Amino acid sequence: MSTPQTLYEKIWNAHVVEQRDDGTCLIFIDRHLVHEVTSPQAFEGLRAAGRRVRRPDLTLAVPDHNLPTTARLDSHGQPIPIADPESAQQLEALERNAPEFGIDYINASDAKQGIVHVVGPEQGFSLPGTTIVCGDSHTACHGGLGALAFGIGTSEVEHVLATQTLQLTRSKSMEVRVEGELRAGVSAKDVVLHITGVLGAAGGSGHVIEYTGSVIRALSVEGRLTISNMAIEHGARAGLVAPDDTTFAYIKGRPMAPSGADWDAAVAYWRTLATDAGATYDKVVSIDAADIAPSVTWGTSPEDVLPITGIVPDPSAFADPSKQEAARKSLNYMGLTPGTRMTDIEVQNIFIGSCTNSRIEDLRAAAEILKGRKKAANVKWAIVVPGSGLVKQQAEDEGLDQIFTDAGFEWREPGCSACLGMNPDKVPAGERCASTSNRNFVGRQGPGARTHLVSPAMAAAAAVAGKLTDVRAFAN
Amino acid sequence: MKAISRVEGRAYPVGLKNIDTDVIIPAVWLKTISRAGLGKGAFESLRAVPGNVFDDPEYAGAPILIAGDNFGCGSSREHAAWAMADLGISAVIAPSFSDIFSGNAFKNGLLAIVLPQAAIDRLMEVARTDDIHIDLETQTVTTPFQDRFEFEIDPFRKHCLINGVDEIGLTLKSSDAISVYEAKLSADRPWLAPNPV
Ligand code: SF4
Repeated sequence: MSTPQTLYEKIWNAHVVEQRDDGTCLIFIDRHLVHEVTSPQAFEGLRAAGRRVRRPDLTLAVPDHNLPTTARLDSHGQPIPIADPESAQQLEALERNAPEFGIDYINASDAKQGIVHVVGPEQGFSLPGTTIVCGDSHTACHGGLGALAFGIGTSEVEHVLATQTLQLTRSKSMEVRVEGELRAGVSAKDVVLHITGVLGAAGGSGHVIEYTGSVIRALSVEGRLTISNMAIEHGARAGLVAPDDTTFAYIKGRPMAPSGADWDAAVAYWRTLATDAGATYDKVVSIDAADIAPSVTWGTSPEDVLPITGIVPDPSAFADPSKQEAARKSLNYMGLTPGTRMTDIEVQNIFIGSCTNSRIEDLRAAAEILKGRKKAANVKWAIVVPGSGLVKQQAEDEGLDQIFTDAGFEWREPGCSACLGMNPDKVPAGERCASTSNRNFVGRQGPGARTHLVSPAMAAAAAVAGKLTDVRAFAN
Repeated sequence: MKAISRVEGRAYPVGLKNIDTDVIIPAVWLKTISRAGLGKGAFESLRAVPGNVFDDPEYAGAPILIAGDNFGCGSSREHAAWAMADLGISAVIAPSFSDIFSGNAFKNGLLAIVLPQAAIDRLMEVARTDDIHIDLETQTVTTPFQDRFEFEIDPFRKHCLINGVDEIGLTLKSSDAISVYEAKLSADRPWLAPNPV
């Protein structure tokens, strides 16, 4: 009998083109997603060296980071020009580079357009057992389908375009097992925030994490994508969830996915991928679902996680002196005083969106809380940004847009939006935002912006209360 | 990639842990379509603080930066490595780096050197007054005070850095092996070919 293998080992082994003596492998890449921010210098490099794209058929380009989320077409159906000249230039570069190199390009006014990590799974481009890369660190997101997916830099984007491979060394493996039953008001986002709090921002460094246990098995694909999305926030190279019937049901019928006899062959293969009984991980971390509460961040690292019932920590309470220093800096930036109850922190902005939480299930969870309610008067800016045009359409078919606008939210076009401060959607300096995105770094949502990461339901509840609040008080 | 085998000079004693890519180069600087000129935005939020090391003439043009754990965590933006190179930095010394950052640094001939915290503490002290020397051939970091710290580096990366190897050119030599793999893949898993969008 062959040695038992983990899901990660199986995917890795199936993609080795060549192995060098020192263990470095040339790994084949099955899928490459390209967006406007991390690709222009890569295409420029190809042009300069007279190189072509080896497998345009395995490459898909879509703009998302830079695109304003306001209306894209005018009343005559003509594209509205982008005001910021640098953004416009970057978007034009992708629009030019994709056809020049023979790559499929989804344009800004196409209903299929959206955030790369929402579009890939939604189109059936991302599949279990594949290797997926993109010049964006949250590529780990696709691991929710059981794909080995990770972010790469621009030189690697160029390398994949030219060769459809990467030179890689194998990571260590870690199992994060979440067992039990989630308590009321606890979502996939709370699970991953909690995991990040437990592991720390560098806890997964050098590892590929497989999320296992009854909690993960019971999650929808949307929830698994949310978990895997933030693997990078606890330092992991990639996150994985073993594909199962839930995964197959999600993929079936998607436009770019296998169909007919191909479908059966694909499912048969995907069923062989789960970690074998007796396979071992380099590290195992167990988490009890009963310990997970609706969660929120207080600082400027995603590891700064507390249950919503918590209080702002005193930096001197941390054992590690460098963490004490970091916490002091964080609290100073965040304008918070130790001992303050999290539920006493007022917010002026609400952002529901990003590749972590902009799929239909996320919008439903937020709408559920907002139904028949209104945002508080002190909340100046509240926006919902669907992850793709198709998510937007579906939400509109379900009447969710109406619930949001009635509650005082703006209903936007798909894109990265206020997840990162590079398009017009920014949180003003010194103001707070309850945000469903994945990073609370200094300046992430705009210079001086103060981010509190939460789930979609918690963001909706914060909008109504005008401060961070416990979603469990809002059960409809 | 330009060849690099030694770096010597002053070092910015930054020392902080978890210096993320938004600190190294904030997102507003990412709208460029070129690799050059990003030094202006490098460490913008740290430079906003009066008396910071980057604007201290004592360290002007320092080719080395010393930091705490998990340097370069956060996004995959290679702009972080470009911005540091544009600022004139050729090497970073820290107890650990994010995986993506160390890959990006390597691709741009920027040394990402891992040393234990005790060595970092000592180098932070030396950096305030004196030069630091890094020798890639012997894999050592030394100071004028007889300190000598050895570091590990992947032999392949070392070879590429010292010889300024073009990695894509190197991989393209394996084109035939890639074709063989592709042929086997279409035979074994024909369903993997995506339907056009
Ligand atoms: S939504 Fe945010 S994290 Fe996701 S791809 Fe866009 S910028 Fe990156």
